[in-house]
Amino acid sequence: MAIVVDRPKLKWWEHLYLPALAKGLRITLGHFFKMLRGNTKVTMQYPEEKWDANLPDHYRGAPALVTDEQERERCVACQLCEFICPPRAITIKPEEIPSDDKWAKVEKRPKVFDIDMIRCIYCGFCEEVCPEQAIYLRKDYAITGTSREEMVHDKEKLYEIGGVRVGLVNKWNALK
Amino acid sequence: MDWYIILAATIKIVVFVFLVTLPLVAMSVWAERRVSAAIQDRVGPNRVGPAGLLQPVADGIKFLLKEDFTPNHVRKTYYWLAPALTMIPSLLTCAVIPFGSKLFGEKMVIADLDVGPLFVFAVASLTVYGIVLAGWASNSKYPFLGSVRSTSQMISYEISLGLSIVPLLMIYGELNLGHIVMEQAQNGWALLPLWGDGLSIKGWLLSIPLFISFVVFTTSMFAETNRLPFDLPECETELVAGYHTEYSSMKFALFFLGEYAAMIIGSGLAVTLFFGGWSLPFGWLTPESVDAEVPFWHGLIHLGAFFAKVILFILFFIAVRWTLPRFRYDQLMRLGWVVFFELALANVILTALLLMWLK
Repeated sequence: MAIVVDRPKLKWWEHLYLPALAKGLRITLGHFFKMLRGNTKVTMQYPEEKWDANLPDHYRGAPALVTDEQERERCVACQLCEFICPPRAITIKPEEIPSDDKWAKVEKRPKVFDIDMIRCIYCGFCEEVCPEQAIYLRKDYAITGTSREEMVHDKEKLYEIGGVRVGLVNKWNALK
Repeated sequence: MDWYIILAATIKIVVFVFLVTLPLVAMSVWAERRVSAAIQDRVGPNRVGPAGLLQPVADGIKFLLKEDFTPNHVRKTYYWLAPALTMIPSLLTCAVIPFGSKLFGEKMVIADLDVGPLFVFAVASLTVYGIVLAGWASNSKYPFLGSVRSTSQMISYEISLGLSIVPLLMIYGELNLGHIVMEQAQNGWALLPLWGDGLSIKGWLLSIPLFISFVVFTTSMFAETNRLPFDLPECETELVAGYHTEYSSMKFALFFLGEYAAMIIGSGLAVTLFFGGWSLPFGWLTPESVDAEVPFWHGLIHLGAFFAKVILFILFFIAVRWTLPRFRYDQLMRLGWVVFFELALANVILTALLLMWLK
């Protein structure tokens, strides 16, 4: 059933429209002068101000590889992350560690480790699945580049972002 | 002596039109964006230059570098003619506005005509041709609807615009804008008769019709310049972009600039007619007569006073735009023909009666 909404009966001075204009201007100019006095909370001025200090601990940014305290690359090229990665952003080419190497007992290491940051969806599965705790999601979020090639993070770049992580997995230490 | 007059006129045209009005147009675009942002609790463009002041320059470069696209279905001649026809009349009206008293012994008005307001109305109404041609030549439905709306709107409001200043002209008995300003400088602004001869019962009584004509004039000015709450020719929510839907790059920019130029000239005319033009309040630093010599720094102050008033008026224009919703089309037409036309006519009669009674 149609509901008829009665139009409000306007007083003669409401018909003049000018009081409404004054009322409206009071609101808009109120906001304007509040802004001029700096009392309005506005959006963050991004490149100058950043959210970095307020990022939560569980924030998932760019994935990166880490080395341990003996500067050994933690990744043993098991390719579990490559397998689990939903958008298939990770490409690993394993290689054998030569027998005269200090870490020959680890047997495998990645020869190529590429993460295509155009594909990466920051899901964190790689970090979750890694048995060696070699890959971590860091807090870097402004991953930019001017070409597709630039957006592929290779091994050096990944280690540069990742840095060193101490402890956690000790099974390859000399003592054991 | 002839070459001197020509040289002076050329310098005045270059300075007032290209070095003052056009930058003012650019700055008012910037002001519009910043003020609207502040009104809506946003920041607005603040990246290019200090506080975003160079944003208009960036916009201009963008407009110049964009592809100047002409759709296949348009009527080319009129399509190219229309933006120029919108821009040029807006700038032509600069000619009769007195920007200041005198500087270097020269009147600060490009053409000291004795028919100032008539010239402004005659030339300003030519802008409608640009809009009509744009809508017709675009050969597509939204621009056409926009231009039809614009035509009827401008014709309707031109009448009340012209009639609204008749009381003012009756009171001052003068059509030369320079003389009107001088009269206001000595005897109180039209809306602020607080000194000179204006400080009398006659002055106060006459300010009643003057206030009515100011309201009618300003509202009609909003309609003439196609600004909210009367921006039906280009209302984005209904007509995409109205008459300039098919335009891009510099041709669109000309429409845009023409609209803002019209707004600035409108503000200048309102300030000249109702707020004493370049004069300071309470008759400070007022020259004895129109032709009297003015010290150099007085001339500068007068120029500054004029532009301060114009900028305040432009800010009022902007604030109103971001305050009021758009009228419905029938409301717009009713307001123009049923309210303002009669009001302006009645105001003329009221002024005549007051003048007869107070003589």
